[in-house]
Amino acid sequence: MAYFQVEKLVKYFGGLAAVNGVSFQVEKGEILGLIGPNGSGKTTTFNMISAYHRPTSGRVIFKGQEIHRLPTHKICRLGIGRTFQVVKPLGRMSVLDNVIAAAYSRVNSRREARDLALETVQFCGMTPVKDVLAKSLPIAGRKRLEIARAMATRPELLLLDETAAGLNPTELLAAIDLIKKIRENGTTIIIIEHIMHVIMTISDRIHAINFGQTIAEGTPKEVAANKEVIEAYLGTDYA
Amino acid sequence: MKKNLVPLIVLAVLAFFPLAVKDNYYMHLMILFLMWVVIGSAWNLIAGYTGQVSFGDAAFFGSGAYAAGLLSVHLHISAWWGLALGGFAAVAVGLPFGWICFRMRGAYFALATLALNEVMRHSAAIAEGFTGGMVGILIMPSFVSKVPYYYVALGMAVAAVISIQWIVHAKPGYYFVSIREDQDAAESLGINTHYYKMLSLAIAAFWTGVAGSLYMNYMGFIDPDVVFSLHDISIMAILVGIVGGVGTVYGPMVGAFVMVTVQELFRSGFFGLFKYLGNVTGSGTIVSIAETITGAHILGFGILVVVVILVLPNGIVGDWPKIRNAVFRTKPAT
Ligand SMILES: Nc1ncnc2c1ncn2[C@@H]1O[C@H](COP(=O)(O)OP(=O)(O)O)[C@@H](O)[C@H]1O
Ligand SMILES: [Mg+2]
Repeated sequence: MAYFQVEKLVKYFGGLAAVNGVSFQVEKGEILGLIGPNGSGKTTTFNMISAYHRPTSGRVIFKGQEIHRLPTHKICRLGIGRTFQVVKPLGRMSVLDNVIAAAYSRVNSRREARDLALETVQFCGMTPVKDVLAKSLPIAGRKRLEIARAMATRPELLLLDETAAGLNPTELLAAIDLIKKIRENGTTIIIIEHIMHVIMTISDRIHAINFGQTIAEGTPKEVAANKEVIEAYLGTDYA
Repeated sequence: MKKNLVPLIVLAVLAFFPLAVKDNYYMHLMILFLMWVVIGSAWNLIAGYTGQVSFGDAAFFGSGAYAAGLLSVHLHISAWWGLALGGFAAVAVGLPFGWICFRMRGAYFALATLALNEVMRHSAAIAEGFTGGMVGILIMPSFVSKVPYYYVALGMAVAAVISIQWIVHAKPGYYFVSIREDQDAAESLGINTHYYKMLSLAIAAFWTGVAGSLYMNYMGFIDPDVVFSLHDISIMAILVGIVGGVGTVYGPMVGAFVMVTVQELFRSGFFGLFKYLGNVTGSGTIVSIAETITGAHILGFGILVVVVILVLPNGIVGDWPKIRNAVFRTKPAT
């Protein structure tokens, strides 16, 4: 039994199959890269795992337990954290308060929540901006806050949805460092990323989808050489 | 220590107020002020902190008032029992409502609260056998003096403000504000948003219901149009909240003070100013203004809302630095 797996996930929006029979497994401690062109159903897959959408059919299994019927907040408490591609900062709260709100999922007292949050903010390199209102952060800060908040819920499995998109080269390097640090922490990661050299260097395995269906899975090298993947990204002329 | 100084001074002034001011009229206004501090703080919890705007606070206020009145009418026990039970009656109305209606977000939820207000008002009017219908409920007042009512109102206000402040600064407070800022993000942080919205509503309904029971005891008379009033209770609650400053600690207190004063200004025709001017000048226009202005308080509320939203969108407390700078003409610290 895999540590985490999705099985034949399907999601229809009206007549459109956003995800159409995707299955994959993740082992503990692994980084799985999820790639595919825009609109191929990556975010929708995350949304089904974290229960923002009910799958039309299929199953999500975490540590032997079916979780696709649980509500979102319970998924978090089971140990699956996530970030949002379209960032969702708690705007009129400070960075630290954003993270404290997340930390309360693991501790109950104000002191413990604050300590856990301070530790997480430090870990994510946000200590200098901890008292800044979330809405006044630039995009790189907001992306990082997404990660910090998810980390404060102490996830075993972390879903990262394009947390490196829109960053400049310096910020990008910092983001990659942070992701590596999270992994060294023992956290299992599923990462969606468009920037190829990021996903290729960071992932242990890659799962590629197009039009909601799996087109390839394997090591970064194997997937990069896959004909269908090249077609999906560059068009049929290049294959 | 300095942080606690202002509230302690305010509390001391309020505690000694009846000793200094014996005038019944001012005592009456102060009791109303304290009552509105309670309602405003409760509204601020659910709307200001949790972001679930209620247009129907009268549903809870009226439930509390009727609970007290009906206890006295049907069970012949003191309406003062209503002070505790009225709060729970309001919670009993609020929870099933929240259970169903918190599936809606934003304006849709607000409209549902408006509907709840009207459902409660009509129910109280229709269930004549039980509530007395439009005739209302009349009970014998317990005290002739206003002083006991004043101290009950003060105790209620202190308890409401302290309990709400405590909760706002603890875990539920963080959860309420998270829900206000982004419900989807809140869920992803392990927050059971439905449960915490219900909790916030229950606390708000409880204190609003307690205020309603005090109203029954103090005024001695209620009917559906008075305690389930959309403009005199529900809209007034919103005004107390936004004039003082949504999501701030002292906002509802400042808001209650301003709004009780404004309401009284209109009710009394600006303390008889227009009547006096009319008599002095003999101008027919001013005389008719004097006659109509007492009924125009809703118009006054409307103008006030527009002014506050335009000039002080964060309320008097929320925009205090702005006011201070404007009044003392110091340069804003940018
Ligand atoms: N809530 C929704 N309602 C309707 N269609 C949606 C919704 N979310 C996503 N889609 C559609 O599903 C498809 C997959 O989207 P998405 O999962 O966001 O793609 P990706 O993250 O891979 O870019 C797109 O065609 C998108 O328009
Ligand atoms: Mg996406």
